[in-house]
Amino acid sequence: MSGAEATVGMHGVAAHAAEQVISKRIVVGYGFWIFLLSDIVMFSAFFATYAVLMNATAGGPGGRELFDLDNTAIETACLLLSSFTCGLASLGAQAHRGSLFYTAMAATFVLGLAFIGLEAHEFAGFVARGAGPTRSAFLSAFFSLVGCHGLHVSAGLLWLLTMMAQVFAKGYRPDILRRMLCFSLFWHALDIIWVALFSVVYLMGAAT
Amino acid sequence: MFGKLTWDAIPFDQPIPLAAGGLVIVVIIAVLAWITLKGWIPYLWNEWITSVDHKRIGIMYTLLAMVMLLRGFVDALMMRSQQALAFHSGGYLPPEHYDQIFSAHGTLMIFFVAMPFVIGLMNLVMPLQLGIRDVAFPTLNSVSLWLTATGALLVNISLLVGEFARTGWLPFPPLSELKYSPGVGVDYYLWSLQISGVGTLLTGVNFVTTVLKMHAPGMTYMRMPMFCWTTLASSLLIVAAFPVLTATLAMLLLDRYLGFHFFTNEAGGNIMMFMNLIWVWGHPEVYILILPAFGIFSEVVSTFSSKPLFGYRSMVLATMAICILAFMVWLHHFFTMGAGADVNAIFGIASMIIAVPTGVKIFSWLFTMYGGRIVFASPMLWSIGFMVTFAIGGMTGVLLAVPPADFVLHNSLFLVAHFHNVIIGGVLFGAFAGYNYWFPKAFGFRLHDGLGKVAFWCWFIGFYTAFMPLYVVGLMGMTRRMQHYDVPEWHPWLLVAGVGALIVLAGIIVQVAQLAVSIRHREELRDTTGDPWNGSTLEWATSSPPPPFNFAVLPRLTGDEGFRGVKERARQQASLIDASAYTDIELPRNSATGFICAFFATIMGFSLIWYIWWLVIVAAIGAYATFVVFAWRDRTEEVIPAAEVARIARGAVS
Repeated sequence: MSGAEATVGMHGVAAHAAEQVISKRIVVGYGFWIFLLSDIVMFSAFFATYAVLMNATAGGPGGRELFDLDNTAIETACLLLSSFTCGLASLGAQAHRGSLFYTAMAATFVLGLAFIGLEAHEFAGFVARGAGPTRSAFLSAFFSLVGCHGLHVSAGLLWLLTMMAQVFAKGYRPDILRRMLCFSLFWHALDIIWVALFSVVYLMGAAT
Repeated sequence: MFGKLTWDAIPFDQPIPLAAGGLVIVVIIAVLAWITLKGWIPYLWNEWITSVDHKRIGIMYTLLAMVMLLRGFVDALMMRSQQALAFHSGGYLPPEHYDQIFSAHGTLMIFFVAMPFVIGLMNLVMPLQLGIRDVAFPTLNSVSLWLTATGALLVNISLLVGEFARTGWLPFPPLSELKYSPGVGVDYYLWSLQISGVGTLLTGVNFVTTVLKMHAPGMTYMRMPMFCWTTLASSLLIVAAFPVLTATLAMLLLDRYLGFHFFTNEAGGNIMMFMNLIWVWGHPEVYILILPAFGIFSEVVSTFSSKPLFGYRSMVLATMAICILAFMVWLHHFFTMGAGADVNAIFGIASMIIAVPTGVKIFSWLFTMYGGRIVFASPMLWSIGFMVTFAIGGMTGVLLAVPPADFVLHNSLFLVAHFHNVIIGGVLFGAFAGYNYWFPKAFGFRLHDGLGKVAFWCWFIGFYTAFMPLYVVGLMGMTRRMQHYDVPEWHPWLLVAGVGALIVLAGIIVQVAQLAVSIRHREELRDTTGDPWNGSTLEWATSSPPPPFNFAVLPRLTGDEGFRGVKERARQQASLIDASAYTDIELPRNSATGFICAFFATIMGFSLIWYIWWLVIVAAIGAYATFVVFAWRDRTEEVIPAAEVARIARGAVS
């Protein structure tokens, strides 16, 4: 999410206008927040669908038979920890400390990849047991909702690598730091969505 | 290698689409050849295609809308003539072709005419009215434009390669599921809307950020012109509604491509969930379209009545009330679903409540006109025509909001007449008012006003002749989308409706003539002042067309006068400046990112429609690479030196 060429400038009557000038960092962060809100609206459509179709198992397995909460707990730990390391990476970028930035970004990547791996393993297990997304409306909704989050995390991983390469190639330029701000907002938002997923899909699904 | 794509996809056996498609291709090749021979390609590429200037992007959006209006109107003519002829006969359009025509007509008119028209006008005007130099994210703006164009292109490719959906402008399952629509038509629909939907969402994000965060010094929220408020409301609705459309269409795509069971008849799928989801987007969508039109009318009525807008604060409140209520009425699109009397009653009452803030607006415009010195220029004619027409459309809307009445009128031509009444009489009249009003700002010369008035009267009379009969046949029980019929009482009304469509055609021809005549006589119509209508908002404080940086010196708003008088103050400020006050201005550099991104999106959409999987991967890599190249740029801005700013600014004054 770049292209952040905000052009409200201090040109012209600079002295008077100075109090009105808004930094690009704020404009970019604000705009990205709005985008994240729209993303959360999209997830809410998938959540609503899941809620409607939760019991439409068409004689197939339901959440109770399928969900393995231990696996989900490890996934959750990976993702929450990765949010912490992502926060460290932001601090490293702000302080222009390469050692912290690269280490923390690498840790975030490894944790995110572990999450994706665990999720893929879970999905593959379901499909192997005949509980793929085509089995029932419930499973369609489950795979779409959880898979949509997984796709977001995968896109985030690609962004993360691009981000590291960019810092490596270009240094801590203001526009790159703004992108880093957006990336960390994105990564934390995925965490928030995961908390909802974990509660609504896995905990409530395993309980009923 | 090429998935489902074979030579059979070209409709060699159907003369109408083949001839139409062939004609379009000939026209495109002719235009391209003309541009190439004239040596205009570098100019087009540097000044327009790669431009990230909000004014140029706005103009290109509007142009796209107008071209698509011609295509969508041809569909309308075919439908009207088919229904005029198809009494006791099959007419001239076979059912499978007729079904594609009404689907394409609705899809084009909503997504590729109404949407780009209002987004184009918002792009052109909103930053000028706020007194700023561009939107928050100029390159993203260009991406939005070209992704919208991609969607339009895919819909039009379907004319010649394959087929379009036969499922209506909203693809209701189970008809739209693979089992009942095995062709590529629904896939064309879905992918073009997914791609252009991303563009629209990004526009919404961009505009919300711009209106809320970027103003000229002193431009507080309550000093923003009405059009900026409606832009904000419309953009907020885009941000909140379009993701739902994306999710819903994604579910239908998963059903069709991977055998999921969201909306299927079997395995627990739930068809009515589609209705709920699509209308949770669909109802706000009509307000996304109409609110900017309300903003345009507010500007036009105030300017041509030579009075400030009556009840500015209540207008702001009404706009934001509509913005919220828009999300609380979606169920009125399917009262017949059987949700129960209590649910229907709640949604029926909520729908009627929307008439309250809308009525507030109508009265505000009327009171603005009251006691004013009204100039009946063509933008004002469109506005007055709107007030009359929209009031009628609103009343039939309130009628439809009564569930028992809706049970009788659901899916009848009464409904078709109602929504054309509000969309043509509201959105399109608003777009044309804005087009006539802001054309001199965009190009530096006015449109021929006499021809503009003729066009208005053709549209106005044509609209009533075409759609009032549809109310009647709707009440007589005629359902929508009928390819033929054998009820003699309907026939005369449908003949009258066909005549109405021809009168509208005359209006469109006059509009084309108006543009051509105005370009030819541009020197006589030249706007040298930058303020041809004596407007009151900031876009009239700069030259026509505005310089790339809009304002050489950002206007400053002070005191308690609200936005009244800001234009005069800004013009005074600009004229009092001595050469030393000009400073360097940084503007975002042009970027081909949007165009190249859309190029890959087109390839990706096309290959997804035809199951050409390897090409999908190639296009995805290409799109990613485009963004990386963009992100790797070292110079994101270019500086216009102070001397150049002074030269342009002084040139504009003299």
